[in-house]
Amino acid sequence: MLYREAGDFKTTYAKDQQTFPIAFDRWGYFLTIAFAVLVVPFILNDYWTNAVILPFLIYVIAALGLNILIGYCGQVSLGSGGFMAVGAYASYKLMTAFPELNIVFVILLSGGITALVGMLFGLPSLRIKGFYLAVATLAAQFFLVWLFNRVPWFYNNSASGQISAPERSLFGFAVTGANAHPATSYLFCLGFVFVMAWAARNMTRGANGRKWMAIRDMDIAAEIIGVDPLKAKLTAFGVSSFYIGISGALLFAVYLGAAEVGEAFGIEKSFLILFMVIIGGLGSIFGSFAGAAFMILMPVLLKNIMVGQMGWPTDLASHFQFVIVGGLIVIFLIVEPHGLAQLWRLAKEKLRLWPFPH
Amino acid sequence: MSANFYYGIEVFLNGMMAGVLYSLVALGFVLIFKASGIFNYAQGVMALFAALTLVGFQNGQIPFSHLINAVFGTNIHHFGWHMPAILAIIFTLMVMILFAYLVEKYVLKHLVNQEPIILFMATIGLAYFMEGFGDLMWGADIKKLDVGIPQGGNVWLEENTAFLGGPDFYGFYLDNLDMWATVCAGLLVVSLVLFSQYTKTGRALRAVADDHQAALSVGISLRAIWVIVWSIAGFVALVAGIMWGSKSGVQFSLSLIELKALPVLMLGGFTSIPGAIVGGLIIGVGEKMFEFLIGVPFLGGATENWFAYMLALLFLVFRPQGLFGEKIIERV
Repeated sequence: MLYREAGDFKTTYAKDQQTFPIAFDRWGYFLTIAFAVLVVPFILNDYWTNAVILPFLIYVIAALGLNILIGYCGQVSLGSGGFMAVGAYASYKLMTAFPELNIVFVILLSGGITALVGMLFGLPSLRIKGFYLAVATLAAQFFLVWLFNRVPWFYNNSASGQISAPERSLFGFAVTGANAHPATSYLFCLGFVFVMAWAARNMTRGANGRKWMAIRDMDIAAEIIGVDPLKAKLTAFGVSSFYIGISGALLFAVYLGAAEVGEAFGIEKSFLILFMVIIGGLGSIFGSFAGAAFMILMPVLLKNIMVGQMGWPTDLASHFQFVIVGGLIVIFLIVEPHGLAQLWRLAKEKLRLWPFPH
Repeated sequence: MSANFYYGIEVFLNGMMAGVLYSLVALGFVLIFKASGIFNYAQGVMALFAALTLVGFQNGQIPFSHLINAVFGTNIHHFGWHMPAILAIIFTLMVMILFAYLVEKYVLKHLVNQEPIILFMATIGLAYFMEGFGDLMWGADIKKLDVGIPQGGNVWLEENTAFLGGPDFYGFYLDNLDMWATVCAGLLVVSLVLFSQYTKTGRALRAVADDHQAALSVGISLRAIWVIVWSIAGFVALVAGIMWGSKSGVQFSLSLIELKALPVLMLGGFTSIPGAIVGGLIIGVGEKMFEFLIGVPFLGGATENWFAYMLALLFLVFRPQGLFGEKIIERV
């Protein structure tokens, strides 16, 4: 049948632990991946890739990272923009210092460097909690942006203070730089998204994820039952920053190509990612995808409607966009504080029982 | 004494004035946080909105004129009057009270009993909404705000302190506006303290801040209190908006002053009105002195952006509830 499970007949542990226990879900998942890999690269055009798909894929990684920190470990951070900048500048330094290094390793190493920086700024979380911590992470945001702006070593003394990505290729296809084909950039980012989402899903339901959730739900109680808060919080900060760093490196190297730190990684980025996580759903992998899609698609849609269809001036449209984004966030929080993921969950529950609700 | 030493004192004094301006914004945060446990991110945008509305009233701008022009193809801008400052301030205050009522009715009422992070997010949404709404209503161009506060350096002070230093010292330069802001902030704090200590409403406010449920059970209307608190916060935002708006023009960047106020809050504690003042002074003086002594000579300047946060961060590591914040006792 369409969306059915008949009783609980699991006979192996593997079956008990699978991510998608319902066959319909599982096939839907496989089909989506097959579609994304086999069909999308051939129907891409420049506009869609640059306006929607690439930013979506890149921000999904950042949203996953922040969701691990806020949704799973309960530590609110407003420093994501700064950590993305660390990823971007680390990838730039690595690319220019070691030209032979494979681009995949460059991006992974940038993530690693960001993880270290993130753990450093995560240290105060052992003492500071709640809103105090949220504001304290702003220190990371402002300090890091200032650092990349003021210390010429980070942008190799370039006159404009900008960093720009040199061309690097993977298997003979250009991935970064001006010659990269949209389909190549797309597949490159998609690969990262797939691996990172898979890792996040499995990490959050393993021992580490359970420790994070214990800390989130009540840190003192968690400490009493034997969760080391130092380790749990720092791993959460590290893993989260790793994701955000990779996202920043991809944003700079693959999507933007050239970046100036205050413009590309300002505090608006931190809020954008936070919105994605909250609207998508705290503590949900699917939610990170849904939230990123929502926050990327909606401005494009609004702009197309107001400027393209109704012919309004762009500044008026951008003011309206603020009103609508803000209003939607408030409405969302009132209607469903647990985000799009919760709506999806409710829909699934309904589907399971439909058409016999009793 | 060298001129540099006197220059240092001048930097110190200016830092104190800047600190007072930061505390003005921080005060609004503290009021709302105390009374409702909401960390109101929209406070900075409220200051911007209040200043925009004030200028709009003063110049007789037609609200939403850009929108009306775009939709109907008309070309209207102004009613053609100039309102006296005091009248405009009263009207703006009424708008802020209306705003407080609407926020309570359409946002807060529906979010009772949610987690603090959800409420915090809602105020960020509110901030976005108001930013766009204010621009739609009054236009996004930079406006000049003049309510009759004298501006520019204080000549009297400059002339009468010049004798202190050598021939290359011309006296302390202090801005009139900053001194006015200091006086206003002082008056505001004193009146707020008097209000919360000696009036019936003030006592109800403190009761709600202490314990929501207990306050409800003795017959205090939570919703009325919230409207009052948001109105007072709106009033504080208006004062902050006037001061900052006269200083640097009314424009989008006005809403960013709240980013300056956040470290003040951390340092002073989220729940303490004196904390907001003392925290503001420490941050103001600290960042100006740091920039003067270390930032410009050794670090290439512009350290003001992050110094306040770093100071607050280091401070919190040793005292997690801030200077005057209540010590949180956690139970499992």
